[in-house]
This record gives sequence, C-alpha cells and structure tokens, in this order.
Amino acid sequence: MTLYFLNFVLLIIGLYALVVKRHIVKKILGVAIMEYAVNLFLILLGFRKSGIAPILTEDMDLRTFIHTAVDPLPQALVLTSIVIGLGTLALMVAMAIRLYERYGTFDMDEIKRLRG
Amino acid sequence: MSYLLPLFTAIPIFSAILILIIGKFDKKNFPRIWSLLTSLSLLFILAVIWDKGTMIHEMGGWKPPFGVVLVKDNLSQFMLLIVNVVAFLTIIYSYVYMIKFEDYLRFFTLFLFMLAGMNGVVLTGDLFNLFVFLEIASIASYALVGYGVDAEELEASFKYLILGALASVFILFGIGMIYSVTGSVNMADVARFIIVNNLSKNNALLMATGLFIVGFGLKAGLVPFHAWLPDAHSSAPAPISVMLSGVLIKVLGIYALIRVFYSVIGITPVVSNVFITMGVISMLVGAFMGFGQDDMKRMFAFSSISQMGYIAVGIGIGTPLAIIGALFHLLNHAGFKSLLFFSSGVIQNSTGTRNLSELGGLREKMPVTSAASVIGSLSIAGVPPFNGFWSKLIIILAAFSAGYFWLGGILVLTAFLTLSYYLRFQKNVIFGEPASIIKNVREAPFMMILPMVVLAVFCLLAGIFNSWIINNIIIPAQSIITNQLVYISSVLGM
Amino acid sequence: MYEEKQSGMTFIVKTITNLMIGFMLVFGAYVVLYGHITPGGGFPGGVMIALAYILVTLAYGRKVVESMVSGVTGSIADDVGALVILILGFIGLIIGGTFLFNFLPKGTPFSLFSAGYIIIYNLAIMLKVGMSLYIVFLALAILQRVVTTREENKGDKK
Repeated sequence: MTLYFLNFVLLIIGLYALVVKRHIVKKILGVAIMEYAVNLFLILLGFRKSGIAPILTEDMDLRTFIHTAVDPLPQALVLTSIVIGLGTLALMVAMAIRLYERYGTFDMDEIKRLRG
Repeated sequence: MSYLLPLFTAIPIFSAILILIIGKFDKKNFPRIWSLLTSLSLLFILAVIWDKGTMIHEMGGWKPPFGVVLVKDNLSQFMLLIVNVVAFLTIIYSYVYMIKFEDYLRFFTLFLFMLAGMNGVVLTGDLFNLFVFLEIASIASYALVGYGVDAEELEASFKYLILGALASVFILFGIGMIYSVTGSVNMADVARFIIVNNLSKNNALLMATGLFIVGFGLKAGLVPFHAWLPDAHSSAPAPISVMLSGVLIKVLGIYALIRVFYSVIGITPVVSNVFITMGVISMLVGAFMGFGQDDMKRMFAFSSISQMGYIAVGIGIGTPLAIIGALFHLLNHAGFKSLLFFSSGVIQNSTGTRNLSELGGLREKMPVTSAASVIGSLSIAGVPPFNGFWSKLIIILAAFSAGYFWLGGILVLTAFLTLSYYLRFQKNVIFGEPASIIKNVREAPFMMILPMVVLAVFCLLAGIFNSWIINNIIIPAQSIITNQLVYISSVLGM
Repeated sequence: MYEEKQSGMTFIVKTITNLMIGFMLVFGAYVVLYGHITPGGGFPGGVMIALAYILVTLAYGRKVVESMVSGVTGSIADDVGALVILILGFIGLIIGGTFLFNFLPKGTPFSLFSAGYIIIYNLAIMLKVGMSLYIVFLALAILQRVVTTREENKGDKK
C-alpha cells in the first residue's frame, strides 16, 4: 500500500512542477515525471510479492509459473506507453527550442501574445 | 467482410509513409494527389460496409478478451461517415491552400496520421487500443497546429501540447484503475464484469470515472478544461482548424465519453449531472466570451465550445430523445462549423486579415463565399429551415420532457445569444460598408470554394430532409448507445 | 566559431567511445534477435543501437556521425521499417483473414527461429525506433547550433 502512496506522491510532484514553475524546461520535466509515474502505477498493478519475472524457460512447470509470476499484461501496455511518452517529449523539446528562437526567453509568463 | 475494418487505419498510415519516401523525389504533386486518392478509397470502403450490421474483426486471430478487437456498430459507422467526409473535403481545400507554405510534404503526412488515429479511435473495441490511437491523433494534431512556425502559432501549439499530454496522463491512469478492478482492458469484457459482479458503487470505478471525465473532457473542450481551445483553433492554418473543430474534438472527446460511459462503465445519475453541469457552463462561457472577440476564428472557437456544451447536455440528460438530438447536433456542427472555418480561411487568404473591425462589405466582391457564410451562420444560429434549428429543437424538447425546466430555459437563451453574435459577424464582414482593404479582392479558387458549396448544400438538405436522416442514420446509432447488453453480446458472442 | 576548435570532447571520452560502440551495437542486436525468448525485443534493442550513434555524436561531433549514418539514410531506414510492419500486416490479412496474422511456421519452442514472423517484426521495430530516436537527436543538435550562433551574434552586436 505504501508503494501506491509513494507513486501518487510522484504524480503530485510532477503536477506541482507543471503548474508552479515558470521555466519551460521545468514544465516539460513535470510532464515527463507525471508520465513515468503513471507507467509505474500500471506496473505496480501487476506486482506480486516475491514473484518471478514472467519469462517461461524450458525447465519450468506451467502451473508454478502461473502461481508465482508477476502479471505480464501491464508490462506490455507500459512498453507502448513509454514509446508514446518519448514521442511527446521529443515534440515538446523541439517546440521549446523554436519558442526560444521566436520570443527570446524561456519564461512562460512573458510568452503571452494571445490573450482574451 | 470484416477484413475491411483494419484498412481504415492501415491505408492512411501506409499512404503517409509512402508520401514520405516518394515525396523526396516529387515534392509538388505526389503528396496531394495520393492523399486525395487515399481519402477517396476510404469513402469507397465505407460505402461498401455501410449498414451491414455489427462487424467484429479479431486482430491476429486471437479471440476476445485475449486479443484486440475492432468493432463496427451503428455508432461507429455514423462517426466514420463524419470523419471521412470532412477529411475528404479538407484535402480538397488544402490542395490549393497549402501552396503558400513551401514544404507541404509533412503537412499531408501528419494529416493522414491524424486521420488514421481518428478512424482507429472510432473502430476499436479495447480501452488501451483507444488510448494508443488517441495519442496518434493527438500528437499529429499538436504538430499540425504549429505548422507555420510563427510566434503565435507556436505558443498556441505549446499550450495545447502541454494540456493534451496532461489529459493523456489522466486517461491512462483511469485505464489502469479499470484494469485493477476488472482484470481486463477489453471494453465488452469490462462491461460484462461490472454488470455480473454489480460493481457500480466501487470506489476504484468512481475514481476512474472522475479521471475519464477530466481527460476526455479536456480533449472535447468542455469548460473548465477549455483553455487551449481558442488559441489552438484560431492560430492553426484554416484546414487544420476545420479538422480540429469539426471532427477532432468530437471524436476524441464526445465519442470517447459516450463509448466509455454508455458502453463500458455504465451511466449513473452522478455522471449525468456532471455532464449537464459542464454542458451548461460551456454553453454560457462560450456564448459570452464569443461576443468580445475581434478575431473571426477566435469567435468561431468559442462558438465551438458553446455547441459542445449543447451536445454534452444532450448526452447528460440521457433519454433516447436527448441522445438523438445530441447526435444530430454533432453531425450538424461538423457540417456548419467546417463551412465557417473554410470561409474564414478563404477570407484571410484573399484579404490578408481576419479581424472583424477591419473587414466589411464582402458580398459584392466574393459572392459565393458570402452566400456560403450566410448559410453557415444561419444554420448554427438555429434558424429554420436549416439543420441547426431541428437539432437544437430536439435537445430543448428533450430537456423539457425530462423535467429540466431551468435547463430548457438556458438552452433557449443560449440559442438567442448564438444568433446575436453570428448576426454581428455577418454585419461586420459580409454586409455593411465596403472596407478599404477589400478593394482588390477576387473570388477564391475553385478547389477552395467546392467544399464550402458542398457543405452549404448539406446544411440546407439536412434541414429539409431531417426526418429521413434521423430515421436512417441517427436512430440506429442511438439504439446502440442505450442498449449496453446488445453491445456486450455482439462482441463476446454470447 | 563554434566548431573551429577541436570538435567533440576530450581524448579520454573518445577512447572510451571507441571501445564501447562495438559492444553496444552487438548487444543491441542480440536483444533484438532473441526478443521472443528473452526480455527485450524491438524497442529496447532499437534504443540501444540509437544510443551507440548518439554516443558518437556527443563524443565526436555532428559531422563525424553524419558521415557514418546521414540524416537521409536514417529517414529512409525509418520509413522502410514502418513499411515492413504494414506489409506483414497485409500479408497476414490475405493469408489468414485477420490483420497481423502469424503466417510463418512456428518451429520448436525456445529456439531462434520459432514464433513465426515475430523476428522480422522485431527487426522492423528496431529500424523504426532506433532511427527515429537518432534522427530526432540529430535534428535537435542542428537546432541547438542555430540557437547558439544566434546568441553569439546577439552578443557581438551589443
């Protein structure tokens, strides 16, 4: 239970960085921390105390494998999610560099030409 | 015939990559022609599988709930019609519009990826697959909003990007919560599990409900998650504004909400009340903020927020009549909002500005554009005999007949507010004294006028033949929404 | 101005890079090829191969790595990887009736050529993910150079 609580604390740290900090790169890091926190949550769902990795080797009985392995489905979901997070992060960083070229600053409070 | 279902996503992705490879040799003509052919072929496949009942396609031969299934039921085919027709018209429009950007190879690649993602969201029967396709469409749209890299477009795109990533994080969290309770991510399997074990008051499902409302509500542009919408829709190039406001917020937001809440988790009175509240606030905020705008596209964006509020109210009320009204309004809004954004692109192309205070008297110089824009404004304001009147009438009648009298009054008030600010738009742009900057404008090229004319004719015909449309297209979709058990049994084959 | 002095990092970094690259590439290839038996597969293997080239970029500078694998080659390899996956899906549709049907013969378990087409699939994903990561890094390196020269120009004018 403490693992889930700490994971939630990680999510809140990411949310804090996204909302409170003014520097663009710190906001991007906040989003990255949040995405990793959610991936960790998905893996924690399949966790089993003193379980083995879900790899079937030649000398393993199927019944003991089912009873002792951790859940492999969330791990497959998380692989896809990490790749998606990578794509989003790359796009965010490229856009931050372009924003610096146009506005000359990394401070989000000054990048406010559109208002209303 | 179900082998045609994966082609809706496979063909656009294949075309996008082919455009990237061959476009290195022929930058000018190949991307545009090939995208047009792709969209045409998708419309052809849709005509083949139209109204053939519910089709299930198991990817890779694995049966549900072990494998990913693609499901085409009546609601999916309704959304596919909207997405593919608007995409086809947008490609025709951007055939000529994108010439002013020199390098439009990547535009068509990203556009086809966005189309593939939206088709995938509509056709999938698996929650995590929904998330993956939603991300494909979203990332493509983030890059497309900032396509011409001016300062304002980049700022709008960055804001949209950060908020969209936040929404995706919440949606994934919600999917994890559902997995922790039910042990599966297949939509029909989750629904069966919840019904069999009577889990409607489970705390984890309640948290998943909240997370989904935040995540999908942000993608739909409902208040209080609307902050990205005015900037993104007004700063994007005109074809992208059409796709964003006409289809993306409907498919990724409203369709996903309907699918998750009506077919998977099951609707509860709490969720209905939340939808109605968010819908009402969206309607009012969109209507009031739309008054003070000088930029034409920003006004249209706030109007989109307002109309999404109408649809959310219709879904929240939940009676069959309300859902019919909501779906019809979804179809109509795709029609007239796309028309209005197309016309704004034409006006900006010809006159160089889109501020209401600088324009005036366009009806002499650009007659076809003016006529189409007038039809669009009358339709969205709800003037008979155009289509907006009928869909708003159905939602108002449903609100009164379900006992929500205050709600019905607010709906009528918002209709009048919408009429008033669209009349202001018409007076400032089309009618009135000719402004000084429009001395040398001519009518727009043919390929940019054709989609507007098609949509204007659609608005007129959908208003006149509304009962035919409702009986043949909308009511089958609505019957899937209100019958959760039919969905479960047709997917799991029980 | 920016790259007139000796490009890249110090001699120690370059020596270690020379020693490490071969190992990284071979290990990445192992993770990709045995993806259906041991943990890994296309994505981690692709990332390792991309990291090898990124290490060369950091240690030697952009010009050296562009002579090894240029931006255009990476882009075409990226597209070829994606096309192979789609073609596998279409062949599965034609042969088996469902998209991505596993149509190659599945041999004996736990050997290299078992599990049908997954080995081709892993190679395609390695190309796609590895080259995508590499191209993104190359594009960001170009952008960073533009920003830095612009800063230096601004500083000079003051």
